[in-house]
Amino acid sequence: MAQQLDSKCPSGPIEERWTRHKFALPLVNPANRRKYTVIVVGSGLAGASAAASLGEMGYSVLNFCIQDSPRRAHSIAAQGGINAAKNYPNDGDSIQRLFYDTVKGGDFRARESNVYRLSEVSNNIIDQCVAQGVPFAREYGGMLDNRSFGGAQVARTFYARGQTGQQLLLGAYGALMRQVKNGRVQVLPRREMVDLAVIEGQARGIVVRNLVSGEYERYSADAVLLATGGYGNVFYLSTNAKASNASAAWRCHKRGAFFANPCFTQIHPTCIPVSGTHQSKLTLMSESLRNDGRVWAAKETGETRRPSDIPEDMRDYYLERRYPGFGNLVPRDVASRAAKIECDLGHGLGATGQAVCLDFRDAIAKGGKDQIAAKYGNLFQMYEMITGENPYEVPMRIYPAVHYTMGGLWVDYNLESTIPGLFILGEANFSDHGANRLGASALMQGLADGYFVIPATITAQIAGRSREAVDTNHPEFARIEESARTRNEQILSVGGGRSAESIHRELGLIMWDKVGMGRNAAGLQQAQKEIAALREEFWSNVRVPGTSDHQNPGLEHAARLADFLELAEFFAADAEHRKESCGGHFRDEYQTEDGEALRRDDEFAYAAAWEFNKVGQPATLHKEELSFEYVKLATRSYK
Amino acid sequence: MSAHAETDCLNLTLNIWRQEGPHATGSFEVRQLQDISTHMSFLEMLDCVNEDLVSEGREPVSFDHDCREGICGMCSLVINGQVHGPQPETTTCQLHMRHFKDGETITIEPFRAEAFPVVRDLCIDRTALDRIITSGGYISVNTGSPQDANATPIAKPDSDLAMDAAACIGCGGCVAACPNAAAMLFTGAKVSQLALLPQGAPERESRVLSMVETMDAEGFGNCTNEYECMAACPKAIDVSHIARMNREYMRASLVGSSP
Repeated sequence: MAQQLDSKCPSGPIEERWTRHKFALPLVNPANRRKYTVIVVGSGLAGASAAASLGEMGYSVLNFCIQDSPRRAHSIAAQGGINAAKNYPNDGDSIQRLFYDTVKGGDFRARESNVYRLSEVSNNIIDQCVAQGVPFAREYGGMLDNRSFGGAQVARTFYARGQTGQQLLLGAYGALMRQVKNGRVQVLPRREMVDLAVIEGQARGIVVRNLVSGEYERYSADAVLLATGGYGNVFYLSTNAKASNASAAWRCHKRGAFFANPCFTQIHPTCIPVSGTHQSKLTLMSESLRNDGRVWAAKETGETRRPSDIPEDMRDYYLERRYPGFGNLVPRDVASRAAKIECDLGHGLGATGQAVCLDFRDAIAKGGKDQIAAKYGNLFQMYEMITGENPYEVPMRIYPAVHYTMGGLWVDYNLESTIPGLFILGEANFSDHGANRLGASALMQGLADGYFVIPATITAQIAGRSREAVDTNHPEFARIEESARTRNEQILSVGGGRSAESIHRELGLIMWDKVGMGRNAAGLQQAQKEIAALREEFWSNVRVPGTSDHQNPGLEHAARLADFLELAEFFAADAEHRKESCGGHFRDEYQTEDGEALRRDDEFAYAAAWEFNKVGQPATLHKEELSFEYVKLATRSYK
Repeated sequence: MSAHAETDCLNLTLNIWRQEGPHATGSFEVRQLQDISTHMSFLEMLDCVNEDLVSEGREPVSFDHDCREGICGMCSLVINGQVHGPQPETTTCQLHMRHFKDGETITIEPFRAEAFPVVRDLCIDRTALDRIITSGGYISVNTGSPQDANATPIAKPDSDLAMDAAACIGCGGCVAACPNAAAMLFTGAKVSQLALLPQGAPERESRVLSMVETMDAEGFGNCTNEYECMAACPKAIDVSHIARMNREYMRASLVGSSP
């Protein structure tokens, strides 16, 4: 099936594209909107803001989440902040500059039109959130405070202590619950999407499993929005929440939605290191800490002293040394890889040698403990809670961890997938961050998609296409419900000798070792073989006790793992195909003489959108060529 | 209560609440656990219990958890009679085993309150808290074109105090710790946050009246100044927010705006 990828990006001057595109989209009469049902899967920043906004406009919205309340989606854990081009500090910021920084930061693998739109609506997001009562940090005069974050040379990040994601999500959650009261939105918690109903070529509903009763439920709609986050848990250990999973997106992929750039994964440089084999997740320490903390490793190999006992002349502040221009504030991909190199060369610290230091000694000496406590108090407290060490007195130990996935389901400028009527929002789509996401841009993108983009573009489906009335008695619903049920019963019936937990941990090790920060052709091929074998083992030797007619956490985990075992192989294949290094994707074979990423624009300046064929068989590649008219293709340098 | 362990590994006896569903009768299951690393989190220790259960061919213990970094508010355990366990300002997921002793017996129960029925084992239904928010815990502003974010300055002390209240993670620990199973700290935190901000002023009266009415209707009790809520709160939310809610309620009752 040769499908032409049409990004539907408008042409003309980039600063007019979004305005002109909105004008060209069809409209839906306010009085008619209640007749249209929109399903929103997920209640994070993208899902909650979309569901609330569409409800306000008058659509009938069904909002699903796997937790007991929409307020608990993992957007809540974002710490550092949200970017906007307000230029309140008068330091030269503009929409143009935020756009430029995001395209460059993404290592030229994002779509210019989308990124410009993101920058353009960033200011509206801050206005919207303040109007909702989000308590952003303020200065004594009562104005909003900004800080510089993650490699930006302007202060454009708005923040609410170390809990910015929480405050933004609670703002969106409030707006959502207001629409529940108004009768526009129905929230359906503790439900997991298990399949997508595609009827006459359009996404017309979903089947979910009720995570309390175990029953399967069918819902029909005029459009389906997926805002289900990323797939970082394919690595088992990540900063994602335990329930974060790829199943909804993966099952849409298997129904025909192309999946783009799965290998673009962000490894966050400042996380608390693994402490042992029992580790169940990793905790991020906000990147804002790098504004005051200095990163160092041991100067000599084989250092066994405790970090606080290592004298100054035996410490190597390697980021300041290698990148004098940006120092400790280099972008995430650069900082993560530098930490890995130090540890691989034997300069790591602590019992495992898999850690570097983030040291506040100098900042405390300069500004005092109180000033550091005011900025980072809750982060320091969290570090001590987890490690039992006091970071006011000893350096923090940090190591990179999987944090965010830039890849995701392919979408056009309307955020619509290759299945008409299926829209993908937030981290679940691929569009705005290219090969590397800048700090404080995930919150911006989630809310841009939900508050400002989808309310305009959803009319491409609602008013732009004709369709028959469909209800849940349609045979397609029965068919996909049966296939989901059969799959779960199959998992329960294997009755082997190995837990899903142990298989997931093994998958994570394969991914981290061979598909993590340093990738090469041989390792990636080996990984694909090992993943395929592990998937075989899952289906022949997994042990999931109990039944499916009630809440069964073992079954829920195993079903998500079954999807990760398919996605993982596909992920490694995409990494193998991309014979260049860019952003979060680093191939050992493609580096400059001084070890920096070697991008190959002549061959790989495209988004790789893959069409699913069959499990275990290669997917079909469709290329969306990327053109850079406004930001000239150039090698990133932070020296 | 808690002490730093002298060894790196613990042997423990657990009394874990098991209950098949909301209407089933629950009971404690006693389990022995060997070689638990003191570096584990409490929930990682429960993961070990579940691995053991799976190897015995039995269904794992259901317990709510998600972010495991103290912010989503999913985890909801009573550990040795204390909401979220023995450490102050710590959610269950951030509690680590170094705070327990070798040979200790640990009793693990769900949060207990009439308004929080048990779903299964240690999972409870906290949708009553969502319904309190639905009744008015927000500012009614549509997505669109609000004024510039800096058009209305807000004094930093007010903004900071609003943030203190907004830090609530909605876990419901305050309810579980209160002898009256009151949701006053949860509700007060939201009322207080919005009352402190100028954006919240237009709906000031109707908000507090609706939220208090819903809180009562959901079966939460009233406040008798026990301060157990504040002691249990993993985010150290202060009872002064309850006092502010009470003032808001009195004021609204006198001004006479109906919900």
